[in-house]
Amino acid sequence: MSRQYVGRSQSDRKVSVSGELFALTYGALVAQLVKDYETDDEINKQLNKMGYNIGIRLIEDFLARFPDIGRCYDLKSTADILAKQGFKTFLGIVPLVANWNAKGDEFSLILEYNPLCDFVELSEDHPNLLYSNIICGVLRGALEMVQLDVDVWFVQDTLKGDDTTEIRLKLNKRLEDAVPAGED
Amino acid sequence: MGIISVYIISKAGGMIFSHDMPSQSREGEVEFQQYPVVGMLLEEVDRNLVVKFGEVRALDGGLIQVGYSLIAINGQNVVNKALADGRSALSVINDPTSFPLRLRFKRLKASINERIMLLSMFHSIYAISVRLSPEEHSKGIQCLEAQSFNFHCMQTRTGVKFIVIADKQQQKVSELLRKIYELYTDYVLKNPFYSLDMPIKCELFTSNLLKVLDVADKDKGYTTGTTTA
Repeated sequence: MSRQYVGRSQSDRKVSVSGELFALTYGALVAQLVKDYETDDEINKQLNKMGYNIGIRLIEDFLARFPDIGRCYDLKSTADILAKQGFKTFLGIVPLVANWNAKGDEFSLILEYNPLCDFVELSEDHPNLLYSNIICGVLRGALEMVQLDVDVWFVQDTLKGDDTTEIRLKLNKRLEDAVPAGED
Repeated sequence: MGIISVYIISKAGGMIFSHDMPSQSREGEVEFQQYPVVGMLLEEVDRNLVVKFGEVRALDGGLIQVGYSLIAINGQNVVNKALADGRSALSVINDPTSFPLRLRFKRLKASINERIMLLSMFHSIYAISVRLSPEEHSKGIQCLEAQSFNFHCMQTRTGVKFIVIADKQQQKVSELLRKIYELYTDYVLKNPFYSLDMPIKCELFTSNLLKVLDVADKDKGYTTGTTTA
């Protein structure tokens, strides 16, 4: 199966890139990281860092495309917009927001389908590899640019044999001193 | 005139992009047959020799007024108050043997450093304006109106400010600001070699910006050719 991704390019032509090409590119990236780094932890950290660099740029693209989305003042609306518009725009999937903790500062995003690991099987040499860890970095970077300090990590991963892919997000604090004037 | 300038300020308050539309910046040449230079008082201001007082009619009929800077003596360019051969411009003007003398003046725009300073001041004033607002969640300065131009500002949710200085007849500036924001997210942020909050030196961004500004100018009925200032 091949999912189509539509991107904006010069002179506003809509360029379609095959989803398979995207999955293959990401796979090549992870394969190269596996060659470059020794431990699974290092690889996971690198993926997170890369995701962070993507996230800090992606957020502006998202905000420019949806000027009507207002600033979120609570975690529930943040989670909703992340799932229903963020993931939908960039990965074409809408994860489920669930498993809120009692305090209301942690929640899970449950992805039934992960477009990054269409053709992937984890090898036994790398049992702790978080293949899609780039997503965690993207979420962390994007939310940091809108002044939310979060921790994002994988709870379940279909590649490791679980039923679904579950990403957990915890709000640490709001970065008060970085809020632009007029936005609080 | 249409659109005069476009600026982008990073979320820390530093100017990361500036662009001026080419304008008919008036310049003129004056000829003095004999020492001394009569009718204008020249003084050093920063890196330029500026007319501080006096008005003289130029050879083409225009008027050289207060604020014009000396840009050439006898056809030779004056850079940082000195000629190419090292002589200071003031020494040439005060030397009776250099007459007859042809002086060329031009109204210069603010230097880059000056703009950086002014825009960071604006960044602070923007923050002050939010505090002064009687309403909660006020957005800050959106438009500063002056006599002959309007200064429009749009701040994104991440704190980056987009500024367009346009003449008073320019319509749909908020649309233009949004379009510039889109160009920024496309050609600046998606450029893997660009680091956040650094000065923008992306060719693609500049060329697409010029196209957008051209369209906006034509919308108003002005047709100015555009080159990067």
